[in-house]
Amino acid sequence: MFGLANPQRFMAFTRPLVPLLWAAAGVLLALGAWFSFTAPEDYQQGDTVRIMFVHVPAATLGLGAYAALGVSSFFALVFRHALADAAARAAALPGAAFTLLALITGSLWGKPMWGTWWVWDARLTSVFILFLFYLGYMALRAAIDDEARAARSAAVLGLVGLINLPIVRFSVDWWNTLHQRASLIRADGPSIDGAFLPALLTMMAAYGALFLALWITGIRTEVDRRRVVAARARAAAGA
Amino acid sequence: MPDFDMGRYAAFVWPAWGISLIVLGALAARALIAARRWRREAEKLDQERPR
Repeated sequence: MFGLANPQRFMAFTRPLVPLLWAAAGVLLALGAWFSFTAPEDYQQGDTVRIMFVHVPAATLGLGAYAALGVSSFFALVFRHALADAAARAAALPGAAFTLLALITGSLWGKPMWGTWWVWDARLTSVFILFLFYLGYMALRAAIDDEARAARSAAVLGLVGLINLPIVRFSVDWWNTLHQRASLIRADGPSIDGAFLPALLTMMAAYGALFLALWITGIRTEVDRRRVVAARARAAAGA
Repeated sequence: MPDFDMGRYAAFVWPAWGISLIVLGALAARALIAARRWRREAEKLDQERPR
């Protein structure tokens, strides 16, 4: 596992993995879409239940990607590890996109079910703050020219943002929210009707595979980019 | 068989799926284009390097 911290080993190990992940994501997305539109409509929510199949995976991956960013930031900051920094950077854009999708699809689900596009309840607000952490992380990296300094500053922000993850996760338990409580990952098992589980679980797997494909492709791209930038800098210094 | 008739909720269900597909498609395209660009640059670098 720790052997993969070596960029060359990481590149060699992930080379055959990346096309498999992209293919898995594509197949699972197609399968998930099929299950989503063959599932019955909900007796209370009608066809809006089909929004759940894109909303819940997006929200889960928005959180998961930030966990990846935060843990990578920790290794980048403490061990000054270049690959960990590349991993944190590569998780930011997909994570921000998944979080934005969770906010938009949640709003599109909320309007017909709650009668409003948005409320400042604990779950929605904490997810919005998560999105702001992503934006802040990317803006900070872009704002500082010195890459090493940008990486350190962004890693600190990435670590601070980890505090928000349990707040997002448990907001529906700690506070009275319009957003429903967790219905999939619960101590007493999922409370969702079994008719919706194949679609939801397949879409979760599809989004998970897609995130891994995006993340590992992003890390590989960052490794290549840094090699090229370093070589150009050496050439410029030697000229 | 799939049921594509979303009835009175079509204005909510289709935008949710449409926006998701557009954003995920754009993310994938951006990642693959950037990967190809920097891989080619790195390969060019390897070829130029004196052996």
